[in-house]
Formats: sequence, C-alpha cells, structure tokens
Amino acid sequence: MSLFFALLFYVATLILVGGVAYKIYDYARTPAPLKIPTTPAPTTSSGVAFRMFREVVFFESLFKSNLWIWALGWLFHVSLALVLLRHVRYFTEPVNALIAFIQPFGMYAGFAMAAGLAGLWGRRFLVERIRYISTPSDHLMLALLLGIAVTGLLMKFVMHTDIVAVKTFFLGLMAFEIHPLPAHPGLYLHLLMVALLMIIFPVSKLLHAPGVFFSPTRNQIDNPRETRHLAPWAAPLDVQN
Amino acid sequence: MTDVTTPTAVPPAPTAAAKPAEKAKIEAPAYREMPCIPALQAGSMQASRPYVASEKIQEALGFHSKLDDEWQTTHDLAIAKMGDLLGKSRGLKVFMDSCVHCGACTDKCHYFLGTADPKNMPVARQELMRSVYRRYFTLPGKLFPGLVGAKDLTKEVLDDWYTYFWQCSQCRRCSVFCPYGIDTAEVTMAAHSILDAVGYGQKYSNEIVGKVHKIGNNLGLPGPALINTLEGLEEDVKEDTGVDIKYPLDVHGAEVLLVTPSADFFAEPHIESLIGYGKVFHAAGISWTLSSKASEAGNFGMFIGNYEQLRKIALRVREAALELGVKRIVVGECGHAWRVAYSFWNTLVGIGAGANDPFAIQLQKQLDPNYRQPSHICEVTWDLIQQGRLKFDKSANDHRIITFHDSCNVARASRMGDMVGGQFDIPRNIIRAVANHYVEMAPETIREKTFCCGGGGGVLTDELIDLRLKGALPRMEAIKQVADHDNVNFVAMICAICKAQFTKILPYYGYKMGMAGGVHQLVSTAIVLNNEQ
Repeated sequence: MSLFFALLFYVATLILVGGVAYKIYDYARTPAPLKIPTTPAPTTSSGVAFRMFREVVFFESLFKSNLWIWALGWLFHVSLALVLLRHVRYFTEPVNALIAFIQPFGMYAGFAMAAGLAGLWGRRFLVERIRYISTPSDHLMLALLLGIAVTGLLMKFVMHTDIVAVKTFFLGLMAFEIHPLPAHPGLYLHLLMVALLMIIFPVSKLLHAPGVFFSPTRNQIDNPRETRHLAPWAAPLDVQN
Repeated sequence: MTDVTTPTAVPPAPTAAAKPAEKAKIEAPAYREMPCIPALQAGSMQASRPYVASEKIQEALGFHSKLDDEWQTTHDLAIAKMGDLLGKSRGLKVFMDSCVHCGACTDKCHYFLGTADPKNMPVARQELMRSVYRRYFTLPGKLFPGLVGAKDLTKEVLDDWYTYFWQCSQCRRCSVFCPYGIDTAEVTMAAHSILDAVGYGQKYSNEIVGKVHKIGNNLGLPGPALINTLEGLEEDVKEDTGVDIKYPLDVHGAEVLLVTPSADFFAEPHIESLIGYGKVFHAAGISWTLSSKASEAGNFGMFIGNYEQLRKIALRVREAALELGVKRIVVGECGHAWRVAYSFWNTLVGIGAGANDPFAIQLQKQLDPNYRQPSHICEVTWDLIQQGRLKFDKSANDHRIITFHDSCNVARASRMGDMVGGQFDIPRNIIRAVANHYVEMAPETIREKTFCCGGGGGVLTDELIDLRLKGALPRMEAIKQVADHDNVNFVAMICAICKAQFTKILPYYGYKMGMAGGVHQLVSTAIVLNNEQ
C-alpha cells in the first residue's frame, strides 16, 4: 500500500504540475486579438493589478452578483486556503512559524469548508436555474471535495491516524524514499480522493483558478486610444491595404 | 425626415415558407408585479429565429454559401473553424475552460428575464458551445461525454446555436457579474463566426455588412441621396432657427470628420441629434464634414464576430480621414460604433497612437495630438461646455422630464473622457447642462448594470420582434417606474440601435415613440445660436 500511494502521488503531482503548467503556457501564448476589458476598467497596470487582487481575494464580481453564492463560495475558498496552509506542516521540517500559527484556524476551517461545500451543493438541488445548468461532474466535484473535507475532519477529531508516520511518509516521498504509510481506511480514502482531485485539476473546471488571471475582460488596461494593442497573427494585415 | 421607425432594419422578404407559427397579434409581455426571477419555461423561445442569409449574401462576403448537403462536411468545417478561433483568441479559450456553473449570471440577462427560456441564461447559452468544445477539445469530454456534459456537434445542436446565439445582444451585462469575467458576447461572436463559416449566416447582419462595402453605409444610401438629405436638412434648420447651419459632405480640409450611424441621416429621432451635432460645431466655430465614403459609424463586423470584416469596415474611416485631410475624427451617437471606434480602431487600422504602417504614420502626422483620437461627440460637446464656448437656454427643455438610458456598448465596453466611468458621467453632465429636469432610473438598471434595449447585437430585425419586445421588459419596467413616479416623458440615449428599438417597442408598452431621443436632441433644443459665428 505504501508503494501504491507513493507511485500515485508521484503521478498525480506530475499531472497536476505538468498539466497546469501546460495550460498556463497555452493561455499565455494565445493572444487576445482585441481590447475587451469590461468597463469601467482601470487605466493603469497597477489599477489592473488591484482589480485582479480584489477579484481573486474577495470575489468582487460575485459579491455584486449574488450574495448567497458569494458567501458560500468565499467561505469555502478561504477555508480551503487555510486548510491547505495548515497541511504545509506535513511537508516541512521544521515547521515555519506562520504555519504553526495558522494551525488552530486551519483545524476549524475544515468545518467551514465542509459547510460552504454543503451549501453550494444544496443550491444545485434547490435553485431551479442552477439545477438546470448542473452536470453530473458538477455534483461529483462537490462530492469529491466534501469527501476530502469529511475524511480529513474524521481523522482529526474522531479516528486519529498516526500523523507522525504520515508526515514521515510524505517527507520521504520528497527525498525519493518510501516510508510506511499507516494502514488506516480514513487516511487511504482521504489520500485517494486528494490524488484524484490533483489528476483532474488540469482537465476540468478547476482551471478557473489559473484562468481568472488570463481573463481579458479583467486583466486588460483600458487605454486603447493611447497604446496600440495588436495580436501577432493580425499584424501581417497591417502591411496589406 | 420620414416616418420609418426601424431605420437600420432591412425589410425582410416575407416568404410564406420562412414564416412559421407567426402569431396573429404581437403584444408586449405584461409587467411583472415585482422584478422577480421567472420560473423556467424550457423551449419557450425555440421558435424565435432570424431569416437565414441567402447564398448571394454569403458569397459577397466570402463565406460558405449554404449548409452543405452532407452533414459531415458542415460538421468538419465547424469544428475546424472553432479550433481556429480557439487558437486566435485567449478570451474564448479561457472562457471555455473556466466556467464552474456557479449560477451568478443566471438572472442577469434581459432575454432570460423577459422570456424565461433557460437557454437564455448566459451560462446555458455559453454551454451550447462549451459542450461541443469539451467533446472535441478536452480529454474528459472525449472519454466521458455524458459525465462532463459534452456533446457531439449535430444538426440539432447547430440549429440551437443559430436560434439562441441570435437571442444574445452581446450586451456584456453577464460579464460584469461573472467571477471570472466570462463574456458571453465573445462566445456569441465566435458562434456567429462559425455559423458564417459553414454557410448558416444571418440575413439581417450579413446583408448590412455587404451594403457597407457596396454603397458605404448600412442603409444603402448612395452619395446623391445623402447630398439631397443634407441640403434639405439645412433648409429645415434655417427655417427653424433663422441661422445658416451647414451639414457639409466631403469637404477637404475641414477640421473635424464626423462619422455617425447612417440612421442619423433620415430616421426619427436620430436626425434630431444630427441637427444637434451641426449646431454644436456651428456655435463653437469648428469646421466639420461628413464623408460619403465613411457615411456609416456602425460596424456589424463586430456582431458577426469577424475580425477581417471589422477591419475592412473600419478601414473606410481611415481612408476618408486621409483623403479629406481632417485634424480630428469624431464619432456620433452610436453604441457599438463607439465600442469599435474607442476600443478597436487603433488595433484594427491605427486610428490612435502607436501603429507603424505607412498609412497609420501619415494619419498620426495629420491628426491633431491635442485631441483624443477618436473622440465621441459627447466628449466634444462636454469639453466645449466646460470651456464656456456653448450657451444654453435650459428652459427650452422644460417640457421634458428626462432620464438617461446607458447603452450597453458605451457603458460596458468603452470610456469617454479621462476619468474611469466618464462614459456614464459625461452624457449625464451634458443633459444637466442643457435641461432642468433630470431623473435617474433604479440603480441596479443604470451605468454598468444597465439593461439592454433588447435590439442590439444584430437582432434589430422585424422577424425578431417577439424577442425584442420580451428582451426590453427589464428596461421598460425601470422606465415605467420613473414614468409613474416622476412623470418622466423623455428617455435620452446615445445609440442608433437603442433609438430604433425604443421607437418601435414603446407603443407596444403604451408609450409614445417620441419618448425616446438623443442626448444631442436635447442639446439642439436648448442651444443658443448667435449670428456672430
């Protein structure tokens, strides 16, 4: 089992890093032919950075759009960020002071994360419009994330696993050594689902995470009269007349 | 001045076969008690389809002439075109990948609010294309189509594209609210482009694009007719004001080239704004001219999502400016034209700063760098007002209680002046400078949250009147509110399509068509003309 999970995480990491890197490369190399910022838009690059910051950190557009989706979505994402940061302790020795500081918040953020996910899932059943647009994969994605959250919480608060051994296992992986992973059904499930999430990340809607940074309606500067914007594929048209 | 109420609409050839299920009587939908979100009525707009472009129209633009008899050929053409567009547009690629089906946009589209057809929810409209994207361009879609909502491109799917991508006015309201900035207008444009490529073009838009190339404007007004119209206009204005105001055409060496939607030349209320532009230039002592070559500001190349057409149509303006030797280029009241002029002209043909082909360099030398190039007529008027160069008798507008309708393309896809949000403030500032009674509509229906008039993006055609009436519902509800509460009797706007659409639909909603008019119509009413110029 230790060997299986070791290989699984090597493969999953490769797919996640390689896949997302490829997607970022693909977005970056594809030009935006025209200036299409959704206006009113910032007229400077620092203004655009600030707009993107508000979008990514506070979900500004979603806030303007729908308070329920915003509240549940933001709760989920912030909690997930805290939980992920808390998990950094399993990959570093010694543990960074900031990560140690986050520990108690990260623990309870697990509950908030599950609550946010449950709320978002509930909307997929209860709101007719959102029920209409939901695909099976939308439900499975939420099930997967909720499964990860619940198994994690179970291990923390109900059926403990040998967390020191888990840490040894992952520190070992990072040094290309395989240490024994505790035989624990909750842990197995948790890790399986995390690996699956990593694998589907670069081919699913989870691409919204890198995608938002490349969205031309949000990342373009509103200065078309002052600065010419031209896609490389359109440049040859300039020569013909 | 004629009584044509849909000036940019081409009278459709009413063949009996092309008119399915035509309703006996067309009526406006009832106002809702509260502006609540409607319950879904699947398929309620399935029958709303514009006329398909004829082979002749398609061929004139170099598009595939008609759908191939072999479905496989059409299928392959469509997928190839889609791949081509994905490689050329980062926006399209990111928008195809990023949607998480959160639902934030589901209640933001005026066509959904007015029709309750679920395929008019922005996410569902995008999904028509995204499901095909997943099937052909993503691994999960190839392996597990049912799981991820991927679909083969079939004739039924393509028909759905034609039906529902011609129920989007590219107004971008959904893009304001999307957490990833996904812009349905971009998806709709891509769909139109693919439909053109397979020979499934829309008659109204493609016919107009053809007419611009052939005659010079969307309405197909030839040069002599223009001269005639403008001379008549000069006489009318002289009679009205006693002042000799010129409406010049093709005058070499004029300072300003005014490029305006061709509806301004003869349709009501558009022409009232044209009269206003002339009065402003006259009062400020600025020499100006219209151009018979660039006698159209509108650029339907945008509606059909075709970069080459966009560029070709914009090129006429550059040519006219070079030929006439003007110092400034000014754009009249037209929403999508201002988007194209402000946001795209520099990219397309180098009107602006930074292009380095010989013609663009020549143009940069010729144009006066002390002015914004291009300028919106509202920027020009507002600058003159601030400089104290225009005088007004505001009481001349006292019979009007005015509100301002922000046109989508001006509001969400362009700017005016030097301040962020100038596209909202400058027209309002002008109205306040020329009139005493101004009322704002509900905050969630103005500025960047404005509701489309229901006629934009290439749907301003008679066979889509049902869609246009229903799509106008959210805007009409906001107008009704200020009409009931504040006795508003004039809705000012700066878009030729909005003007044509409102003139057509206001009577269905129980208002006079004269309730809609231009900002420069108000300027025209109040401006004080001296004979000293």
